[in-house]
Amino acid sequence: MNKIIRYVFVDLLRNKTIIFYTLLLFALSVSVFSMEDNYEKGLVSLLNIVLFVVPLVSIVFSSIYLYNSAEFICLLVSQPLKRGNIWLSIFAGLAGTLCLSFFIGVGIPTLLYAFSSSGLILVGCGLLLSVIFVSIALWTSVLIRDKSKGIGLAILLWLYFGLLFDALVLFMLFQFSDYPIENFMVGLSMFNPIDVCRILILLQLDLSAMMGYTGAIFRDFFGNALGMSITIAVLFLWAIIPLWLSVRYFKKKDL
Amino acid sequence: MIEIQHIFKDFGKFKVLKDINLSLNGGECVALIGPNGSGKTTLIKTVLGMVVPSSGIIKFDGENIQNKYSYRKEIGYMPQIGQYPENMSIGQVLDMMKDIRKMPEDQLDLDLYHAFNLPALLDKRMGTLSGGTRQKVSACLAFLFNPKALILDEPTAGLDPLSSEILKNKIQKVMNENKLIIISSHVLSDLDDLVSQIIYLQEGKLMFHKSLQQLKIDTGTDKLSKAIAQVMSVPNQTK
Repeated sequence: MNKIIRYVFVDLLRNKTIIFYTLLLFALSVSVFSMEDNYEKGLVSLLNIVLFVVPLVSIVFSSIYLYNSAEFICLLVSQPLKRGNIWLSIFAGLAGTLCLSFFIGVGIPTLLYAFSSSGLILVGCGLLLSVIFVSIALWTSVLIRDKSKGIGLAILLWLYFGLLFDALVLFMLFQFSDYPIENFMVGLSMFNPIDVCRILILLQLDLSAMMGYTGAIFRDFFGNALGMSITIAVLFLWAIIPLWLSVRYFKKKDL
Repeated sequence: MIEIQHIFKDFGKFKVLKDINLSLNGGECVALIGPNGSGKTTLIKTVLGMVVPSSGIIKFDGENIQNKYSYRKEIGYMPQIGQYPENMSIGQVLDMMKDIRKMPEDQLDLDLYHAFNLPALLDKRMGTLSGGTRQKVSACLAFLFNPKALILDEPTAGLDPLSSEILKNKIQKVMNENKLIIISSHVLSDLDDLVSQIIYLQEGKLMFHKSLQQLKIDTGTDKLSKAIAQVMSVPNQTK
């Protein structure tokens, strides 16, 4: 199993897209931190970039990589290797590389310029988001055989999590603004890992005062240890469930 | 060595394999023959575990292969179209395979590796190779680990006459080592002096499984190609 991880890892580290992604993240974080005199402002600007770019690159790049390595997977399956192990190794390779890129690109500048609890949470969330979206990409690309459809779905899913979900939430908020739906909103936000990360970080930054009553409810929930652990558990579930489903499907797939 | 019992496979509504029963043993060289789309490659892939049959049992050395993987150590597989990672060189692919199979260097069967002159091509990337060179790499990989069973899907397609002669000689050599060899091919003239048994598939059904001599007697011909031509033209004769 370790061998396949190594092959995937070495193959990915030479990949130009990964190198470009790392450099892009690094340049963005360094420039954001050097422009803002207050590191908290820098973190907020960086947060928006991270929540936008990381899921996009993780899901689209992973899908393309998986479709392009269909032959490699075929070759491995005819060898004396466990199918589950092959799939998990590819996941580990992809998630590992994207996390490494993120850590070099955003993690190191953040630790240098903004070493604080909010900075650490930003890095943690970015790493988790990378893993979550690799895991989602694994699931969609194992289900869909056609390359263009698969990559299309990856982009649609990113649009959904990044933009459409928020639009739906806003729409509901306005429609039901006369009712006490704050607790419901907390539950709803769990259905989108990007939102969970955004709330987690914003609450660390004392910006929740701007968010009114809902902000107070969020603060109440996410601020204490129980809420925090539930949130982190939810994020881990977002990484594990699609991965588990994809492994289950891959074991029975005809190649 | 390989027991196939009541194998069915369908891709959606399309039934590819219908109740295949076969028993294959070491020392046999079996030709898998049938028209295009008769399920030859699918049958091979079910034995390799690449395609999961809808129902039925496949046993390798007496053990059910379902959800198993270690039995593939004993199988050398040469695919119809060798698909390899485009940006790996031949040397890297060979190294990776050696790494996966974990066989000591001195037990490797390097006959084809040298006969096809692969050492000179080690640095070439798989993506730049011609179809024939890919076939050479596939053939080399199939024989490299001294497997008990060899499954060759269209081995001579795309090879030049010299190379296909090398491959045929190698197959003949290996036959004497009590190994099971399964060859699927449309080039019947290649098979004539190699195979001992014939399996004929049509539309996913096993039409017959008999020895080459028996087939020649039954059809009253002296060449495999003529015998098969006769079988194909009168499909119900041997049912």
